[in-house]
Amino acid sequence: MNNSYESVMARKNEIMRKSVGIDFSNYEKDYLAFDYEGLLSEGNFTLEEIKEIQNNNGVGNTPLKECKNITNLVRKVAKPGYGARIFIKDEALNDSGSFKARRASVSCHQAKKLGFKGVIAATSGNYGAAVASQAAKYGLKCIIVQECYDSKGVGQPEIIEKARACEAYGAEVVQLSVGPELFYKFLLLLEETGYFNASLYTPYGIMGIETLGQELVLDSIRLTGKTPDVVVCTNAGGGNLTGTARGIKKTTDKNVEIVGASVNLYGLHMADDEDFNKKSFTTGHTGFGLPFIMNPDRSDVPRSAARPLRYIDRYVTVTQGEVFFMTEALSVLEGIERGPAGNTSLAAAFSIAKDMREDQIIIVQETEYTSAGKHHQAQLAFARDNGICIYFGDPKDEIPGKSIVLPKSVDLIKAVDIDLDVIRKKYLQNQFYKSKKLSKYDIEFLSLETNTSIEYVINESKKYNIELEDIR
Amino acid sequence: MIKKGSWVQIKKIILNPEQRANNLPEATKKVPLLLWVKGTLLSDSEMNDMVEIKTVTGRIESGELIDVNPSYLHNYGKYMPEIQEIDRIVKSTLFGGDYYE
Repeated sequence: MNNSYESVMARKNEIMRKSVGIDFSNYEKDYLAFDYEGLLSEGNFTLEEIKEIQNNNGVGNTPLKECKNITNLVRKVAKPGYGARIFIKDEALNDSGSFKARRASVSCHQAKKLGFKGVIAATSGNYGAAVASQAAKYGLKCIIVQECYDSKGVGQPEIIEKARACEAYGAEVVQLSVGPELFYKFLLLLEETGYFNASLYTPYGIMGIETLGQELVLDSIRLTGKTPDVVVCTNAGGGNLTGTARGIKKTTDKNVEIVGASVNLYGLHMADDEDFNKKSFTTGHTGFGLPFIMNPDRSDVPRSAARPLRYIDRYVTVTQGEVFFMTEALSVLEGIERGPAGNTSLAAAFSIAKDMREDQIIIVQETEYTSAGKHHQAQLAFARDNGICIYFGDPKDEIPGKSIVLPKSVDLIKAVDIDLDVIRKKYLQNQFYKSKKLSKYDIEFLSLETNTSIEYVINESKKYNIELEDIR
Repeated sequence: MIKKGSWVQIKKIILNPEQRANNLPEATKKVPLLLWVKGTLLSDSEMNDMVEIKTVTGRIESGELIDVNPSYLHNYGKYMPEIQEIDRIVKSTLFGGDYYE
């Protein structure tokens, strides 16, 4: 068989179809739409069944903890009567140390049920350890494919630690240098082994997080008597936000504002060999968050089940310096030492809580485990070794790849809003490039995708001379 | 000599620069795509030999032998005194400026 880059990429759809046990073409509709809810009911799992799968495998029912000192710290810099109560869902306590165990649990359950011998996932994040840990429970073989090193063999400390964790759970870790062709090796491995593609972006990868959305609503009611006003989700590929929001909506009719938060890595190219080790965050950042929200179907499956634009009410960025600062604050004020990437949403919540009333509730929906490499101390030291200037000042002066600015005072922690209307228009533009003709179903699909209206989508389509079928 | 059956790490080029994807940034385009993987050595070899290994999933991979009993030596890095300053800022803001006195 020809294993050149071009030949393997040309076999992509065939390899994918065999490796996820889902025929995505069944859900395709008209010119560019697909049946999203149909795809999300793949496997016919109920939320109750997913909870049971997770409860039997060391996943879920993590504690929601009130961060009383951090809340009081917010109130020191908020207007009188302001400063919402901040809670964190301590997802680090799942087996394998992050909320990603929820996503892996359903994929591994499904792989076992369908008779696959093993699972493969392409991930440099906590998802690797999550898949490895769940695979261990089911006696499945496991391969994790990571982008880990630059071409000189220098690795990102937090990814090196994640590789160790995967190996600790018995997985084979295939490590690659920087580049999007990781997907090429991933396809070759799927073809060679016939294993299940435990992609983050299948319906299983999303269903598994719906339990997190449900739990945090029920936890909040139990602890405070109220549903949360705001839930902040760290946003990269969009699955975390999508699954959490879906779980919340399945649990309560009350309005809960869904906020996405990403670390601002503006100016650093994700596929650049030299930029690779100038960043201090390898996940939860704008380098994934923005392209995936504007074009979700760029993942490792034909249709991504992670569609954050359907659910997001507000999207903010925070800086690397702000997240490191809050990670240390969580440790030294709350006695909870956790990994930095999981605290992206905590830094955003700190800023957002300032403008909320004291009686309101804001929930940070994850934490991640910490260890050598995967720690703000290790990441800051690595940044300094790579020539990044670290100083105290105003975080808005931070230049990703050049500086990390730690806030010199608490009031300088300020999440920056991304205009969602611009994102929605970019999303639609990407869709309009795919087809010059749209049906009524397509238009409805796009209005759901962007959480707008039929009129909004039709108005935008006019700018691109799109021909509309069946629509008067 | 490194004995057959040793736990080792290999490295290999999986795409040369000219075989790589289009539209890569300059810095990435000019270097090969490299792979590292660990497994059991299938024959007696010397360091930097081209060897075959069997991975924990039973796959056979070949490449340059670069390490025997590869260790986890990542750590917390050199101490960053900035961490003390963060503690001072948050504690004095919360508990008052005289907290450390």
